[in-house]
Amino acid sequence: MATAPETEVHKTPLYDLHVSLGARMVPFAGYAMPVQYPAGIIAEHNATRAAAGLFDVSHMGQALLCGGDPVTSFERLVPGDIAGLATGRMRYTLLLNDAGGIRDDLMVTRIEENGVPALFLVVNAACKDADFDHIATQLGGDAELQILEDRALLALQGPKAERVLGELAPECRDLVFMQGVEMTLDGAAAYVTRSGYTGEDGFEISVPNEAVEDLARRLLAHDDVAPVGLGARDSLRLEAGLCLYGHDIDETTSPIEAGLAWAVGKRRRAAADFPGAEVILDHLTDGPARKRVGILPEGRAPVREGAVIRDAGDTEIGMVTSGGFGPTVGGPVAMGYVNSASAAMGTALNIELRGRTVAATVADLPFVPANYKRAS
Amino acid sequence: MANRKYSEDHEWVEVDGDTGTIGISDYAQEQLGDVVFVELPDVGKLLDRSDEAAVVESVKAAAEVYAPVGGEVIEVNDALNGDPSLVNTDAFGDGWFAKLRLTDPAELDDLMDEATYKTYCEGLG
Repeated sequence: MATAPETEVHKTPLYDLHVSLGARMVPFAGYAMPVQYPAGIIAEHNATRAAAGLFDVSHMGQALLCGGDPVTSFERLVPGDIAGLATGRMRYTLLLNDAGGIRDDLMVTRIEENGVPALFLVVNAACKDADFDHIATQLGGDAELQILEDRALLALQGPKAERVLGELAPECRDLVFMQGVEMTLDGAAAYVTRSGYTGEDGFEISVPNEAVEDLARRLLAHDDVAPVGLGARDSLRLEAGLCLYGHDIDETTSPIEAGLAWAVGKRRRAAADFPGAEVILDHLTDGPARKRVGILPEGRAPVREGAVIRDAGDTEIGMVTSGGFGPTVGGPVAMGYVNSASAAMGTALNIELRGRTVAATVADLPFVPANYKRAS
Repeated sequence: MANRKYSEDHEWVEVDGDTGTIGISDYAQEQLGDVVFVELPDVGKLLDRSDEAAVVESVKAAAEVYAPVGGEVIEVNDALNGDPSLVNTDAFGDGWFAKLRLTDPAELDDLMDEATYKTYCEGLG
C-alpha cells in the first residue's frame, strides 16, 4: 500500500522551551510553532500591548547579501530605495514579480561586513526557500547570498521592551525605529534591530542558535515579559494594520492595491527600474481598481478570511483577507480588498457570514495606533 | 454528573425530565482557546440530532457545534452574548448554550457517559 511521505516538520532551537512552557504546538510553514501558551491568545496579546511579549520567530529566513555590489544589485528585485539606506538603517520592502505582484515582503538592513556594505535580510518562513532561490538566481555573480541557518530570531515587543532589553544591553536604548546594531547580549554576538510586527515598540534579536535558549529564558525571567505565540502575533499585527503574506498580499496583488505605495521609493518611481514597474506606476498614476482597506464589522461576530464583501446595493465588491477578534479594539476587526469606489473611510459594507450578512464599515488602518520609537 | 452525556464532537447534554441542556465540553473549550462570540440558535428552532446548533468563534477560528440530540430549542443562554468567555471559564455550568425539548430520549443511549468520554479524550492525545 502506498503511503504519502511524511512532510518533515522542522523545529526551532526553542522547541523544547515552548513545550516546557506548556505551549500548544501547531504546524506552520513547515515548523512546529507555538500558537499559544497556557495564558491564552487574549492574555498574550494584552501582555504585549501593556508590557512586553517574547516571540520565537526563528522560523523566518535570515540571510546576508554580500560580495560584489549587494546594494545596487538587490534593487533589481525590489521597489525600495535600498541605496539610500545608511549603515544600520532598515526598510520594509517587497520582492516583486514581473507583473508587479508580490513574491514576499521582507525587512532589509544595511550593515557592514568587514568594512564592506552588505544587506541583512529577514523573509517569511513560508517563502524563504523560494525567496533565496530567486535572489541567488537573479543576482548571479553580482552578489553572494549567505543563508544564516545557524541563527535564531527573537522578537521582544511592547512598551516595556526597551526597559527589559536595556538591562542586558544599555546601547539598545539608543536605537530608533528601523535601526539596527551589533551588540553582545548575555555573552552572545547579536544583531539587534528596533523593529517588529505588532505595532508596538520593540526589538528583533538575531543570535546564534546555541545562544538563543539562554537568552530567551533570561528575558522570560523578567516580570514584564510573557511568552507569546502565533495566535497573538496575528491579532497584534491585524490591529496594527500590517499585511500577512499569503493572505493580505500575494503574487496577484500590487503594492499599490495593498496600500504599500510608501514602499515604492521616490527615486525608484522616477527610474521605473524594478520588476513590474509598468503595472505599479500605472496603479500609482491612475489608481488601482481595488484597494486594501480596514473593515470594522458591527456587533460581536468576527468575519474571516474569504468572506465575500458586498456594497449597500448588494453587489459583490471584494473579499476579506484577514479577520478576527481584536483584543485591544474589543471587537471584530478585518482587512480586505474592495473596489476603489467603495474604499473611502466610512463606506457601508455588507459581509457574508454563514448565510446572512453582517453590516460593516471601511475603517482607517491601523485599528490601534502604532507605538514606535521614531527618530526625533 | 451522572446524567451528563457526551458526543464524539465534544458536545454535552444534561437531561432533566424531557429537557436537555447542551454545551461544549471542557476539552473542547480548551482546544478552541479564548471564545469571543457564540452564535446561538433561535428559540423555537427544531434541531435534528447532528444539526448545527451554534457556532463558537475563538480568536483564531470558527467552530460548529452540533446538537448531540434532537429537540426544539426552548431557551438559549443570553449571558453568552455579554460574556462569551463563560464558555472557557465554566463550560459545564454558566457556559451552557441552549435548552432543548427532546424529540426522542432514546437518542441519549448513543452518547458517551462521563467515564467513556474521559477515556475517549485521552485517546485523542
